[in-house]
Amino acid sequence: MTVSQPQKAPHLRYRAGVAVRALIAIFGGYAVAAAIAAALAMWLPIARVEAALTATMTGLIVYPCAIMWCFAARTPLRALGGLLLAALPFALLLAVGAQGARA
Amino acid sequence: MKEGFRQSMAWLHTWSGLLVGWVLMLIFMAGTSSYYRDEITLWMKPELHQTAISPVTQAMAADQAARALQKRAPDSERWFVSLPSGREPALQTMWAPPAGEEKAKGKGRRRFEEALLDPASGAELADARSTRGGDFFYRLHFDLHYMPVPVARWIVGICAMSMLVAILSGIVTHKRIFKDFFTFRPRKGQRSWLDFHNVSAVLALPFHLMITYTGLVTLMFMYMPWGVKVAYNNNDKAFFAELFPGSPKGPKAAGVAAPLTPLGPVIAHASQAWGGAPAGRIVVDFPNDAAATIAVTRQEGHGVSSDLPTLIYDGVTGRPLPSPDAGRGAAVETRGVMYGLHIGRFADPLLRALFFISGLAGCAMVATGLLLWAVKEKPKHLKAGRIGFGLRLVEGLNIGAVAGLPVAMAAYFWANRLLPVGLAERPAAEAGWFFTAWAVAMVAGLAWPSRPMWRLQLLAGGMLFALLPVLNGATGGAHLLVSIPNGLWALAGFDGVTLLIGGLLLYASMRLGRAPVAKTRLAGNAA
Repeated sequence: MTVSQPQKAPHLRYRAGVAVRALIAIFGGYAVAAAIAAALAMWLPIARVEAALTATMTGLIVYPCAIMWCFAARTPLRALGGLLLAALPFALLLAVGAQGARA
Repeated sequence: MKEGFRQSMAWLHTWSGLLVGWVLMLIFMAGTSSYYRDEITLWMKPELHQTAISPVTQAMAADQAARALQKRAPDSERWFVSLPSGREPALQTMWAPPAGEEKAKGKGRRRFEEALLDPASGAELADARSTRGGDFFYRLHFDLHYMPVPVARWIVGICAMSMLVAILSGIVTHKRIFKDFFTFRPRKGQRSWLDFHNVSAVLALPFHLMITYTGLVTLMFMYMPWGVKVAYNNNDKAFFAELFPGSPKGPKAAGVAAPLTPLGPVIAHASQAWGGAPAGRIVVDFPNDAAATIAVTRQEGHGVSSDLPTLIYDGVTGRPLPSPDAGRGAAVETRGVMYGLHIGRFADPLLRALFFISGLAGCAMVATGLLLWAVKEKPKHLKAGRIGFGLRLVEGLNIGAVAGLPVAMAAYFWANRLLPVGLAERPAAEAGWFFTAWAVAMVAGLAWPSRPMWRLQLLAGGMLFALLPVLNGATGGAHLLVSIPNGLWALAGFDGVTLLIGGLLLYASMRLGRAPVAKTRLAGNAA
């Protein structure tokens, strides 16, 4: 954004906002879905083939919902925050599980 | 987004649908036609149209298959037999060429030999022309073409996920989903497109949601492998071995010759175990070897799941071996049902027709969505005095995808009948006609994105489709006057549906000629 194009600035900022939001939604959303899938597969107290399938099918529902959240959130920062908040418990579960596997 | 929730979801709906809409058009059209994959394949082999096949019991057919395979491939490592069914009255046999021969040929991919037999006599059916038939569309709808399979499947997966986002955000933007069921205001320009988009989307909404989600499920281990990786410590093979127990593949042939047990009694035993449901597929591993096994899979159409029950028998004694199917869990069953729902092979004729119509509604939903974007955008550009690059591009792609794809599909069927029967690489040449026709339509659409171009391509597609029944009769197929009296419903259905599609496309072309939609749109509904 240069000073010489004052009327174009808001337009550019809007586009940059959309781009950032899309990146957060596509990659962040996938990361959240993957974390949930991995944590469920690790922790669901059922046969592992069952757990893996349940987790994967859940991940496929979480992803589009996460994308929608990113575009519904008021700012890109809030979108990212929401994703982190959702992923946090599952990341913790994964970390605990990985510790347990190593011990 | 700064605007309200509903507006931001409407925005997401627009863009997640538009950006992948043209590929979705291809996926939906090819996928929808795949519900009649077998019928399309039969139509494309006119040599087989009038072959009268007298039905026999599954056990007799199995014995005929074994006899034919003993003659052709006694040393093969594996035989496949598809027993006759209501949709496919012929007996299909396939076999792997003996390992030595294959190495000698030096081919990377395993190629199976195949023969189509008369189940009553075991004689090979008339040598039909070489074609991929309906399999071309089936593969096209998730493997695309001219690119490596994994790349294609990622592209298709991204488009499908985008579609799922578009459907879900489309649902939440709706204030009055029930009312939209009954709302159609024709001849009102943009409003009419919106209403039609809503009707085609809402009427078949459960289907659209189901088909998109289950489509992702069919390839989910590729798109989201993390659950499997974590549960199985990166050992994907162990996972698939548990998910698909399949036949306990004897590690190796014993190397000791032993005669294969007759297949008839084995089939009868399996059918009895399924409460009388017939067997559909037989796989014989290491025939004529002491380690031979016979895997019998139930016929499709007796349950929704794509995981069909399989029983294993000793190939020498004919005694049942431990079944791999014992103890399927809820999630395994769920995946099987989702997969089964997607491919719809369980469906009886009526339900299959409903799936097909829902698929067409899906095509209409995607098409009207794409058109709606252009219709909404146009007034802005007209006010500014010039058509911008984005709108021009979208209009061009819309013509190439919505009107051009039917032209390409019809071209594929025409190629099937017009190319010389003995042509080398015939299946590839047929596919070549599809992509050439599509490329011409796309380029023409992008070069002249105008109403006359819409009319021209709809007219071309309509004529090509509507004349297919004539072409069928003229090039040796069983035309409607033969297929209907003789009860050849698969062929009569193909001709009838192409006639109908051709008629619809011609009607659309005519309507575009006289309807003053553009004027009303410009005058009133610029909102």
